[in-house]
Amino acid sequence: MAEDSFEPKIIGFLCRWCSYTGADLAGTSRIHYPPNLAAIRVMCSGRVDPTFVVQAFAEGADGVLIAGCHPGDCHYSEGNYKAMRRYPILLKLLEQFGIERERVRLEWVSASEGNKFAEVVTDMTQQLKALGPLNWPARKAAGSQEQRLPLRQVAKGVAAHV
Amino acid sequence: MSNEKPKVAFYWCASCGGCEEAVVDLHEKILDVVAAVDIVLWPVALDFKKHHIEALKPKEIAVAFINGAVRLSEHEEWVKLLREKSGLVVAFGACAHLGGIPGLANYTTRDEILANKYHRAVTVDNPQKLLPQTESKVNGYALELPALWNDVRPLDEVIEVDYYLPGCPPPVDLIVAAVTAILKGELPPKGTVIGPLKSLCESCSLNSTKPEKMAIKEFKRVATSTPDPKTCFLAQGYVCMGPATRSGCGERCIKGNMPCRGCFGPTPEARDQGTKFLSSLASMLEAKTEAEAQAVADTIVDPVGTFYRFSLPKSLLRRRRVKT
Repeated sequence: MAEDSFEPKIIGFLCRWCSYTGADLAGTSRIHYPPNLAAIRVMCSGRVDPTFVVQAFAEGADGVLIAGCHPGDCHYSEGNYKAMRRYPILLKLLEQFGIERERVRLEWVSASEGNKFAEVVTDMTQQLKALGPLNWPARKAAGSQEQRLPLRQVAKGVAAHV
Repeated sequence: MSNEKPKVAFYWCASCGGCEEAVVDLHEKILDVVAAVDIVLWPVALDFKKHHIEALKPKEIAVAFINGAVRLSEHEEWVKLLREKSGLVVAFGACAHLGGIPGLANYTTRDEILANKYHRAVTVDNPQKLLPQTESKVNGYALELPALWNDVRPLDEVIEVDYYLPGCPPPVDLIVAAVTAILKGELPPKGTVIGPLKSLCESCSLNSTKPEKMAIKEFKRVATSTPDPKTCFLAQGYVCMGPATRSGCGERCIKGNMPCRGCFGPTPEARDQGTKFLSSLASMLEAKTEAEAQAVADTIVDPVGTFYRFSLPKSLLRRRRVKT
């Protein structure tokens, strides 16, 4: 796929109190930003189980945005701290799986930061366009085809590792 | 012919032999099993061949216990044959259930494994850079070897599985419970993992020593320090998979002063053992700032190998991405 025609699919988990309202503000203020993000409203960034992020990738997302209230502003006092503590471990785990760290972002967007929300989505879309598609479901299909290769054809692949 | 005993088969795929040990660990109870059933296949102990199984009628075997992950073309052929000839198939042990320790090979590729084993290893002398082939000619005879697949798969990705016996290896009481239920015809719903529904923490003897609020500042490793055997391992900062792992193992590791490694697989509510554990683990950290959270994360050496030690092929992502 040519890089300029690739439109990344971003799943955005937005906290209901700050970031979803911030996204709403971006809309009502008529700020232009790429349409690549599909927003999922959650009660708190602390509700975003890392399983959600991994499942989004497994089902074909190119990037995942988790956005919540700024530290100190959580409606539930420290839900966003839970998100903050998970994030670096999740990044490390995903990098081990071969998923670049640019594909997962944790951002603090308040209800008044419509501009920031638009900037984050714009920036992330550009970064993902540069990275190219992740295509995890297709990888699974390709993997099962590759299972059928007789060993003779493998020799070339092995040579590449020596 | 009408009083014929039910036929039972045991088979192994990519496994270490520990599951076979678990069957032998039934001790004298195995005599009751042998009295009640007719074992038609058990490669570790009895000399039955493939043609013996091929000669059976479809579903003639009452139950096949299959351990090990599916790694070779030979495993795939055998499990498909056993599926055809068996009424019930039980995935026996962590490798058949989740991929197990051999499943960690999904962190690399077949090509890297072969290059390491046959070309790069310092103890290997292979100047012609030979590789094992599925077919070769020796003294005019055609010889065959099974093909090595790129991915390690749990049993249920290859054939339909009726029940799962978790554990590395499954403990004797669960094996007895499963065999008894099958012989009596008291079968749980298809797809059941035969084990408790709780997490290991709920049955753990160290649970009472867990503080109200966990405050982990850094992670320790059993390789470089020794935990206090009388205090919750997580409270001490050791990665213990208890919160995301199914109970029922009898806490064999905990009693041996080893934090849970997760062999029983995820609790029934958890789809992905690794991320579910990550979620639980991160909620126990004390970090108040992003820098502190990063510093704690840096002390976890190998998240994939630790959180998915037994379940990588069964996880949502299944394997490491190989860039082409």
